[in-house]
Amino acid sequence: MRLISDPKVVVAGGFILFLIVVAIFAPLIAPQDPLAQNLLTATLPPIGFPDAEPGFLLGTDGLGRDVLSRVIFGSRVSLTVAFVAAGLACLIGSILGLLAGYLGTFADTVISRLVDVWMAFPPVLLSILLIAVIGTGLHSVIIAIVVIDWTRFCRVVRTETMSQAQMDYVTAAQAVGFSRPAILFREILPNVVPVLIALLTLEMGIAVVVEAILSFVGLSVSSDTPTWGGMIAEGRQIVHEGWWVLAAPLAALFATVVAFNQLGDGLARSLDPVLRR
Amino acid sequence: MTAPKTMPRLAIEDLSAISLRDGNRPILRRVSLDVGLGEVHGLVGESGAGKSTIAKAILGIIPSQVRIAGGKIGFEGRDLLTLSGSALRAVLGRDIALVPQDPTTALNPSRRIDAQMTDGLRLKRGLSAKEARLRAHSLLEEVQIRDPDRVLASYPHQLSGGMRQRVLIAAAFGLEPKLVIADEPTTALDVTVQKQILRLIRALQERHGTSVLFVSHDLGVVAKICDRVTVLYMGKVVEQGATAAVLAAPRHAYTKALLAANPRYDRPDTGLEPTPPEVITALRAEIAAFDAGSGEARDG
Repeated sequence: MRLISDPKVVVAGGFILFLIVVAIFAPLIAPQDPLAQNLLTATLPPIGFPDAEPGFLLGTDGLGRDVLSRVIFGSRVSLTVAFVAAGLACLIGSILGLLAGYLGTFADTVISRLVDVWMAFPPVLLSILLIAVIGTGLHSVIIAIVVIDWTRFCRVVRTETMSQAQMDYVTAAQAVGFSRPAILFREILPNVVPVLIALLTLEMGIAVVVEAILSFVGLSVSSDTPTWGGMIAEGRQIVHEGWWVLAAPLAALFATVVAFNQLGDGLARSLDPVLRR
Repeated sequence: MTAPKTMPRLAIEDLSAISLRDGNRPILRRVSLDVGLGEVHGLVGESGAGKSTIAKAILGIIPSQVRIAGGKIGFEGRDLLTLSGSALRAVLGRDIALVPQDPTTALNPSRRIDAQMTDGLRLKRGLSAKEARLRAHSLLEEVQIRDPDRVLASYPHQLSGGMRQRVLIAAAFGLEPKLVIADEPTTALDVTVQKQILRLIRALQERHGTSVLFVSHDLGVVAKICDRVTVLYMGKVVEQGATAAVLAAPRHAYTKALLAANPRYDRPDTGLEPTPPEVITALRAEIAAFDAGSGEARDG
């Protein structure tokens, strides 16, 4: 496999894989119950600092909950949103982008104007407005991200489809008398997929950030489910007593987004059929 | 070789086309030409003469800025220009196939040769996946590819230009069409490979009795492979006839100029002569008179 030879893909992909395993087996991996409060152990520092207590590797928050366990459980929401929201946005945006790019004329005009109007809204405000209307919860977060994110996929896929449709191999396929759907799906789509996979990975990173913003302002899942954004919001309030409550989820968020971006970058290069040798 | 006595395979009559982008400038001026059964017919002219437009008109892939203004493309008693999209698609790939100009871009970069060759055989010839794979293998052997298995498993960028053109030729002739449109099939190749490819096209064409419309700007190439030749200038037929006769004794000043423009490897000091300005002026006048004449004919 060519992909294995790209260090970016290996390291970033390995980290994402590790996160997925952590998220799936969170109840087995987490040292404590992420919801168990104990005011006697409140704001304990991480191991290695004075007054730290064994069993709380990254310390505790203001309510005495184990920070490490909460970060581990928080990955579940982040990854669910990353994969489901970015995946759905990719699906919707790509279908519209393929149609606009290949059919051209009327379909292209309608879809492109729609994207233009859509993109004129500030994305975070749009999603906050949307959640205010449809209510909070994981479903709402996913819907909000799909609603703002499909336009990016649509634009990129449309442009790529248009440039591929000009290629000689498409003309050659037309000369063999293949039908338009056959040309779109057999000839053009395989050449759009590498760009699409790279973009999907990048957008997963963005979805993680958007989910964190929404849970930071309390518009994501309910507060009895740990999220990185929610933890950052809590940590901000007690940053002078316990910086680690803020730092731990921030580090997790940062590492995850960097990993998605680097993976997307690496995939873009290694999946390109012309660049790979 | 003489002109065919039977009904020609392809009969283009009075084909005219205009460019919509360029103030309705004529691109083809009532072009008529026949391709007989088992004949290789050369279509020669400089760039912009309208050679490719004719090839595209036959294949129904005219760009949107070009419009066919009149004429017929007769193939097996039907006018290809009047066929519906689906009726034309049924003819293409079955009865008519294309050998494209540039083998570096005419193959899909992200699909293996295997998939690209078997597509046509399965969708157009109704072969099963397994049959198509076997057929693709024997087709590659027929175009003298030494290890067909490796080529079938390759992506286009892993093959040389000549190799890719062999694959495209195998794919075109493999559909067992009655007519092959070869659109400058050797232009993108270097000279040594050109010869092999020409020999290959001629051999396949003779073996299968295929008619070939051979589009080229190179009279030297045309002389090697074509039975008859049509010379185009600015979309108008300037000269037409048996290749040997046309090349030995060109009747038209433009054909003479084209011949003089060909590099002579035996005499490097001659050849590569630009077309004399007086020939161009005369041609332009001829075409202007033709346009005026056909305009009157249309009005009257």
